[in-house]
Amino acid sequence: MKMPLSRIAHTRSGDKGDIANIGVIAWLPSYYPILLREVTPARVKGYFGELVMGEVDRFELPNLHALNLLLHRGLGGGGTVSLRTDAQGKTLGAALLAMEIDVDDGELTD
Amino acid sequence: MIRIANGQGFWGDWLEAPVRLVDGGPIDYLTLDYLAEVTMSILQKQRQADPQLGFARDFPPLIGRIAKKLQERRIKVVANAGGVNPVACARAVRKAAPGLKVAVVLGDDVLDRIDDFLGKGFEMRNIDTGEPLATIRDRILSANVYIGAFPLAEALATGADVVICGRCADAALVLAPMIHRFGWTPDDWDKLASGIVAGHIIECGAQCSGGNCQVDWQNMPDFANIGYPIVEAEPDGGFVVTKHPDTGGRIDSHGVKEQLLYEIGDPRQYITPDVVADFTSIQLEDTGPDRVRGFGVRGGARPPMLKASISYDAGWKASGTLVYSWPQAVEKARVADRITRQRLEQLGLHFDEIHSEYFGVNACHGPAARPVHDPPEVQVRISVRGSDKRAVDRFTREMIPLVLTGPPGGTGYGEGRPEVRQIVAYWPALIPRGEIRTRVEVVE
Repeated sequence: MKMPLSRIAHTRSGDKGDIANIGVIAWLPSYYPILLREVTPARVKGYFGELVMGEVDRFELPNLHALNLLLHRGLGGGGTVSLRTDAQGKTLGAALLAMEIDVDDGELTD
Repeated sequence: MIRIANGQGFWGDWLEAPVRLVDGGPIDYLTLDYLAEVTMSILQKQRQADPQLGFARDFPPLIGRIAKKLQERRIKVVANAGGVNPVACARAVRKAAPGLKVAVVLGDDVLDRIDDFLGKGFEMRNIDTGEPLATIRDRILSANVYIGAFPLAEALATGADVVICGRCADAALVLAPMIHRFGWTPDDWDKLASGIVAGHIIECGAQCSGGNCQVDWQNMPDFANIGYPIVEAEPDGGFVVTKHPDTGGRIDSHGVKEQLLYEIGDPRQYITPDVVADFTSIQLEDTGPDRVRGFGVRGGARPPMLKASISYDAGWKASGTLVYSWPQAVEKARVADRITRQRLEQLGLHFDEIHSEYFGVNACHGPAARPVHDPPEVQVRISVRGSDKRAVDRFTREMIPLVLTGPPGGTGYGEGRPEVRQIVAYWPALIPRGEIRTRVEVVE
């Protein structure tokens, strides 16, 4: 079943130089394996297209049922150099909430 | 147990927050984080213009406003308000609050040691790009090393009511009172890491207590009176994040998780001057309304290198906007952008980058934005940057003429010609720890 990421997770994003980071947190511990399967670096990079010029790294925090995504060269130069309105990537986490994921019905039982 | 509250997440944060933290219930320490990465360069310029400036000017009047209560309630303040001139900041605080003892921590400012470092063979390559510092040597505006919590704890040990530093690791402001009161040593890695994690959670102020939080934000209690965070720290490293009663916002483990992940890199190695914290070891537990307990944090040895934050002049930029209304608002805005680019090219002007966004269409999310159809209005924002200030200045003349020379229905130019702004860029680099000597001074 296709659904937006927002169904199973929430996010917060920010900057470190020209790297945007997005924390992705499962709403329930049982959703964490779905995050691991669906929120892959390749899919995240494809989702943001030309907004992210470099690679996407993914780190796992099983203790928090969360992922940390690093979007390299993701802020148009970053900090004060970037000409973007959202030069600090504050809204990129929200953008990711609309990414479509594929989940089986059975996986959403709490 | 000691209570450490953070009342400022950046310079420009809510002015009432620290006052409310002092008034709203018991706290032992009040921390205030004023310094963003580029703040130092702004302060450096202010100091060049006036040797008595170069610090967070909001800070001395704030301390004046709460001085009596700080004394009555024996609350100590730890703040990086010193910027590039901690001693002048301390004198201003003494003037605003003559009854308080003020100590400063010095040694973070390495602007006049850059050539010495380069001469010793430290290339100070940009951590992100790998370029050597020599490529921007003549454009450096400020240079500061992130210092840790131990010198701040040493300053608290003088009995100071107010401890002022310049550049320090943000979370060190919160760790310092724990080191001071609990007697933690540099090899108490797990405890130090725990203190750093607590500091990371509260260093952005209300961003861990309901602000900028996606968790059921529509039902967030009383945003207008949002409570800033307080850490209740234990000598064994355990802590609880909470806020004063009868304040707005919310503290729960989901919101705290959002803040734990905010602006971090590899979670297994959160590097600070005092310890390397492993964020994959953190355990959280909701123990009551607006109470989250953190425990189990592990840490490793402090790094041999310290991070320096160097700012430099990186050219000029300007952004101009125009609004186009229905019908064909998006099409009109895109034509306006094309015309502008063509005119700039015909003028023979060169820029490092020209960037266009359409508010209401894609300004925040770019190609990932959800599609919109036939909106009632759109704002186009065109920005340029480059090393030639005259070219950037000429660009600022090209937006408003579009109203009479481009597509129909252009408006929203009331604020006039855009401003040309200097770009002060940030250069993160590493310096061997042994090069940096901090010292504490009590300012009479």
